[in-house]
Formats: sequence, C-alpha cells, structure tokens
Amino acid sequence: MKSFTVIQGIAAPMDRANVDTDMIIPKQFLKSIKRTGFGKNLFDELRYLDEGKPDQSCEGRPINSEFPLNFPRYKNASILLARENFGCGSSREHAPWALDDYGFRSVIAPSFADIFFNNCFKNGLLPIILDEEIVDKLFKEMYAVEGYQLTVDLAAQTVTTPSGESFGFEVDAFRKHCLLNGLDDIGLTLEHADKIHAYESKRRAEAPWLFDVVK
Amino acid sequence: MAKTLYDKLWDAHLVHQSDDGSALIYIDRHIVHEVTSPQAFDGLRIAGRKPWRVDSILATPDHNVPTTQKERAHGVSGIQDPVSLIQVKTLDDNCDEFGILEFKINDERQGIVHVVGPETGACLPGMTVVCGDSHTATNGALGSLAHGIGTSEVEHVMATQCLVAKKMKNMLIKVDGKLGLGVTPKDVVLAIIAKIGTAGGTGYAMEFGGQVFRDMSMEGRMTVCNMAIEAGARAGMVAVDQTTIDYVKGRTFAPKGDLWEKAVAEWKNFVSDDGAHFDSVVEISGADIKPQVSWGTSPEMVVSVEDKVPDPENEADPVKRNDMIRALQYMGLKANQPITSIHVDRVFIGSCTNSRIEDIRAAAEIVKGRQKSGSVKEAIVVPGSGAVKAQAEAEGLDKIFIDAGLEWREPGCSMCLAMNADKLGAGEHCASTSNRNFEGRQGYGGRTHLVSPAMAAAAAIAGHFVDVRTFN
Repeated sequence: MKSFTVIQGIAAPMDRANVDTDMIIPKQFLKSIKRTGFGKNLFDELRYLDEGKPDQSCEGRPINSEFPLNFPRYKNASILLARENFGCGSSREHAPWALDDYGFRSVIAPSFADIFFNNCFKNGLLPIILDEEIVDKLFKEMYAVEGYQLTVDLAAQTVTTPSGESFGFEVDAFRKHCLLNGLDDIGLTLEHADKIHAYESKRRAEAPWLFDVVK
Repeated sequence: MAKTLYDKLWDAHLVHQSDDGSALIYIDRHIVHEVTSPQAFDGLRIAGRKPWRVDSILATPDHNVPTTQKERAHGVSGIQDPVSLIQVKTLDDNCDEFGILEFKINDERQGIVHVVGPETGACLPGMTVVCGDSHTATNGALGSLAHGIGTSEVEHVMATQCLVAKKMKNMLIKVDGKLGLGVTPKDVVLAIIAKIGTAGGTGYAMEFGGQVFRDMSMEGRMTVCNMAIEAGARAGMVAVDQTTIDYVKGRTFAPKGDLWEKAVAEWKNFVSDDGAHFDSVVEISGADIKPQVSWGTSPEMVVSVEDKVPDPENEADPVKRNDMIRALQYMGLKANQPITSIHVDRVFIGSCTNSRIEDIRAAAEIVKGRQKSGSVKEAIVVPGSGAVKAQAEAEGLDKIFIDAGLEWREPGCSMCLAMNADKLGAGEHCASTSNRNFEGRQGYGGRTHLVSPAMAAAAAIAGHFVDVRTFN
C-alpha cells in the first residue's frame, strides 16, 4: 500500500448526503477482476449522460456539464468534500479503488458509512471526519474561490485552509501507523501467528464442530 | 458483569487486543462469491500465501449468474455476457487452485451466499461470519457475529483467519407487541430504517430484541438482520432461542450426535444478559407497523402504504430537503400523491432479503388463482438457492406463479443489483423485495420501490401498489 503523509491539493465537491457506493461505482464495473482502472467510471451515472459499459473507452461519451467534477476548476482535484454518511451501501472496495484511481487521496465529510471508511484505509485513501459546521464552512470557501486547495497532514492530524486556518481530526492509532508507513496489515497480523494457533487449538478442543466440516 | 450478545461474541473470538484499541478477531466462517474475491486471490498469489484454513471457506457464484433456464442450461460457458463469464470462471479456477469447496453454477446447492450459508448449516450460532458483501449481517439471525468486509479484508481473513477490528458500540432495537395481519418482517425492518435513518446504526452492532423477534421465524429474522446495513449497522443479530436451535438441527454442516448436544449447550449462552448495557436503545411498537413502501432513492425514504409521498416543503433541514427534491425528480413522483397511485412496470421477488421459502410461499398465496396485470411488463420470482427452488417446486408454487403470468427463474442475486441480464429500463417503476433503492441500482434510470413479498405480489396483480391487508 502507498503511504500517506502530507497531501496538498484542489478540493472538489460531492454536495449531497448519503452518497452510496452504487453511485461511486455502478455495479456493471464490478465485473472487472482487477484492482485498477476504475477511475474513469467514478460517479459514472452523474459524470456522463449515457449508460456506461464495462471495458468501454470513456472518450467521446457525452459529459454531464452540470456535474462539478466535470468543471475545469476542479480538474486534478485530490481532496473530495462530501456530506454525511458518505459511502453507504455495499461493501465493494471498488468504491475506494475508483476514488484512488481517479486521483483522490482524501475524502472529508461529517460522517462515513463503516465498511467504506474501513476500506479506504486499506488503499492509502484517508477519510477524515470533521464537524458538520466545519465541513459546511469548507464547502462555502471552496465554492467562493477557484483553485481552492486544502492541506492534509496525517502526522499532525490537521486539515489546513489557504488562509492558514487549521482543523484537527481524529484517527485510529493503528490505522494512522499503517497509512503513514504504507504497511500491509497481513504481515503485521502474521506477527501474531502463535496467538492465532493457540486460539485455534483451544477452540478445536472446545468446539470441534467448527472445524474440518466444510470441505 | 452483564454482557450483551455482541459482547459475548466478541469476547469468544478475541485473539489479541492491542494497546491502541485495535484487536484481532478470529473468523470461523468465510463465505466467498465471484465479485469481491478475484483481487483477494490475486493478492495471495502475489505474496506467495495460501489460505490459513481452507475448511473455513465456502464459495458460490451468485451476483453474475443468469436466471433463465435457457442461459443456465450450459453452465458457466453458457453465460452470454463475456465479462460476467470471466468473473464466474475466475471463482471456479481460484477455488479449484486453493482447494476451496464451491457450489458451482449448476450445483443444486448453489444460490445467494446469504441464503446458502444458513440453509446448509455452514453458518451456525455463536460463529463469526464474514463475506465480501454487506448483507452478510443476514447470518446474525442465528445469533452469530456476521458482517460484510472489503476485498483487502477478504484477503486478510484468507491469509490469517483473523480480522483487524475495533469493538463497536451496542444498540438494541426493541420491537414489542404483536404484528398485525399482513405485516411482515420486511415491513418491520423498513419501519426501523425509516425511524433511525440509514446512518442511525453507524458504529454499532445492532441487536433485535422484543416479542416481535421472539415470535418471528428464523427466515423472518434473516430478512431483518439482512437490512441492518441499510440502517448503518455492519452487524445485526438476534439472540439464540429454541427457534434458532430447531432451525439448525439436521442441516448438512451442523453438528450431529454428541457434538450436537455440546454445541447446543454452548449456543444457549449467546443471549444478552439481563441488565446488560446498550449504548443506544430504540423502541418501536409492533402493533403500529403497517405495510411499507419506499418512495425515494435511499432505504430511509419509506412510508406506509396508507400514506402519501412526502412533501419536501415540510422538511426543515436544507440538505435533506434537497435530497428529497432530487429523489422525487429521479423517481418521477409528485409530493403528496398517494402511494397506491404509483403504477409498477416490473416486479422482482427475490434477493438475499426475501428469497427464502417463506417469502416464496407468501407471494404465491397472493397470486394464486389471479392474473398479473396487463400493465406490468414482467414479474419475476427468483428463488434464493437451489434448495429453495426444489422445495417450492415440490409444493407446486412454481406452477402457481406461471399460471398467474409470473416467471419462475433459476437462483441468484438477479435484479437486486442487476449485474446479470435482469434489469429495469430507464424510468421503469419496480415493486422489489430487495434491499436498496439507490439510483440506478436495478438498472440505469430504474425506479425501485422496496416492499415485502406479499406487497410485491399484490402489485403484480393490481398493476399499482395496494394494501395487502385489504387486497382481495
């Protein structure tokens, strides 16, 4: 996994509540057996005016010029500003894959759905929870200033605006450690292999019906 | 100290607790389907790893599989969509390579993962169950800790048999009293979501308690737990009782003989203790719940069949009001129009929420001796598994549907998320027994209304929504 330290970049809006993972990446694109290439279909039904198909080039498709991500001012955005309960719905990790592949490194919202929130950390994408009033303020500043950039510093746990105003955010210590160092958590878990074996032996004795049945 | 059901399940599977609050939880059962697993298997191969415990994994393809007999007749190679074919084939190849038990496309045990798990006894009370699918919470009906995970976690669980987790908070949804005639588990869970919202359960493990759930069948409890995620909770669960034990007994992978007695003794412990602390408690009166119909593009946008489509003018919160306006526009509905005035173009009876035998029976009872409305283009009934299909056919239910002008299909996820050929056309309204009414979920531009199997069946006959309690 790629590491996340400090990101400075253009902020773009996804200005509605309860953005679901079907909206982030529609189901027809989940047929891919790869982890990459989902960026061109991020928010497909909102970005384009026609129905997207898997394995199709998006060049030449009719663009929805009213959708903010299609505005020239938000080109190359790396931080997505969003509303409450972002990422609700299905567990598809294709949602953070699509955001990452498009170029986003961080999503800032008042709240996230649990599974999506968790999936982000596995992919070097940092979801940041800030109070609704602060998110609202960032939305207003972003709309007012073209080229509005935010700086996200994971080590310091801050989001800083162009005027230098800084907002702190919470992040789980283990996740922070993994993200800062780009660590693969399978490797970290396997450091506890002896404990896993010990638990397993105990349960094999106590509850043998859990083992060697489905095969 | 008094513990909740979730506390007990957590404690019983805790392998390691770190100082930073994260923990390693042991996973007893891992269910796998074709959509969220290929990248995980690739990850194992790249790292030179093998599954920690092959016997903990059970796989079956469900999302992409066609549901017409014509397309199913030739197995995997008969799948018309080349991209779907590759995905199903990839699951077969991966399971063969790693030695994982898979119920392949035309195996009579194949079906929707969350239907197959409980009905085969692969998922049992007291277990931890994960799957790369948010509706894994269905299995919580057995008194297990079951939730969806992402693909990186699928790989993690395969490689380590554990999940890195942080303990969630405890929420109790208490529904007491008795449900009225014609009110089903689906209506109960939709009413819960309407009350607490799609983010109401975020960060919580949700236990469903109270007389309504004690009286409910296992299949009904599965319908309720299935949609815990639509209320924001990763895991939904119901305490073990005699109904649970009776359901599990005799299933293929369930313990037998002396082990059965031993297992039952352990399972009976999986209930919340008297006086256990819940961080949040929501109480609903069962008698007040009416048949529900969703009108918008989020599962919280739901009202009773007696109601009218809500008016955004009455919503004070500007973000919510805008969402309502957008939803009405997408759905092609007007504020204040009666729910019963909404015409349906298609009907879908199926999905991991409502495709079990009791659901199929409830729908059949409504359509028996009647005819599908001429204004309904298509009404499909998709059983959740080969076992459900066989049972329904043994009871003659397939003939009831066919005689009424509905289609009887092969098992799979089908039109719940339209990854196969079963989908809505743009602008079409669907009475659907599935779980999500998101924009485009059932097909590009499609308009989903979430309802119970009986309500969907009644809409198929009437051509618009009707109250099943007075439908005759």
